[in-house]
Amino acid sequence: MIPQSFEYFRPQSVREAITLLEQHGSGAKILSGGQSLIPMMKLRIARPEYLVDINRIPELRYIREENGYLKIGGLTRESDLESSELIKSKYPIILDTAVMIADPQVRNMATVGGNLAHGDPANDHPATMLALRAEVIASGPGGQRVIPIKDFFVSLFTTVLEHNEILTEIRIPTPPARSGGAYCKLERKVGDFATVGVAAQVTLEASGICSYAGIGLTNVGPTPLDGQRASDFLKGKSLDEMSIKQAARIAAEDAQPSSDLRGPASYKTSMVRELTIRALVLARERASGRVS
Amino acid sequence: MAKKTVVRVKVNGTSREAEVEPRLLLVHFIRDILGLTGTHVGCDTTNCGACTVLLNGKPVKSCTVFTVQVDDQEIRTIEGVADNGKLHPLQEGFREEHGLQCGFCTPGMILTAKALLERNPHPTEQEIRWGISGNLCRCTGYQNIIKAVQYAANKKA
Repeated sequence: MIPQSFEYFRPQSVREAITLLEQHGSGAKILSGGQSLIPMMKLRIARPEYLVDINRIPELRYIREENGYLKIGGLTRESDLESSELIKSKYPIILDTAVMIADPQVRNMATVGGNLAHGDPANDHPATMLALRAEVIASGPGGQRVIPIKDFFVSLFTTVLEHNEILTEIRIPTPPARSGGAYCKLERKVGDFATVGVAAQVTLEASGICSYAGIGLTNVGPTPLDGQRASDFLKGKSLDEMSIKQAARIAAEDAQPSSDLRGPASYKTSMVRELTIRALVLARERASGRVS
Repeated sequence: MAKKTVVRVKVNGTSREAEVEPRLLLVHFIRDILGLTGTHVGCDTTNCGACTVLLNGKPVKSCTVFTVQVDDQEIRTIEGVADNGKLHPLQEGFREEHGLQCGFCTPGMILTAKALLERNPHPTEQEIRWGISGNLCRCTGYQNIIKAVQYAANKKA
């Protein structure tokens, strides 16, 4: 399968890349890891006339903590997350997520920025970033703007990014002590997209009462979904079996899965409930320090 | 047809140059322009890994990379694994442990495993299975592939 013809640019800076996007309007697409875009181009579902390859802008590839945030550059590869000591020790929910994305070869190319900017509800990072209440930094001709992840996803393959903006950073408020999160993904086989995926992040007070909860859902709607009602339910409660099961029921109610090759909608709804339980339990155990 | 552009790529240690359309996939550059047909097109949908090559030492699926992206980068294909005719321990392993039947997945398997062993010289069976999870085999059931990789890990020790 051969993509439609396109013109190719390889800018050396963010400024140059934005200028190219400005020049070529909606006919231009950013080429980051290409592991979502290129398969679509090969099927001719995507037919950009201009491709702006940002892979030679090394300043966009970083993982660091700064000013109370974990900051991840848009060009950071999934394999970078896998091999990061910082991610493994302090943000295991992000490691959980990264290792479930496709396979090792794809993870060597695929980027965090692309995983979010592509706007695919089947991608894994969105749910985790929703649970973490992350913020996206979009860089455009006028400068940068900060977009809360909750406002980022609009519809299938559509985010709030303007055609002349690049997702240059994702930043996560560093969770306080007694916090923990987990990402659970159900897939038919290794490397598959999620049948269902659930991300859960919690903070516990010393008493064990939940003071923060965030839940994100993968591939059960036209966009990644925020399990807001479920996480609101958990605030102020102890994360015992009953409250976790109830939160899971609420999350499942808010899921909007479609029946497809991965299963009937009713099955997926049941799996949202089950995975929410597992993710919350693991999040609680990590927050309590009983598990790493 | 879009304007062709010149790419210079180091392939198996040798600098190669060609004029290509931006949409030319790396796998087609390798097979059709360079004539290195050991790299295979299997699924063409980024699943099977038969097209795996090493890009700057890292396994990637060459059916999902444009040739123009690898300008002034280095790639290694299966043809570049043996050292002047001397088989790499992995190639020996695949022979000794019957790690192939039809052989279609094998170049991809060997390149992925090569990178794995360079990163992790003594992988557990689980680590090997995880490491090759992007390479599908329809013939062997993976058992002997695992043994072939273990053979190579032990040989290099």
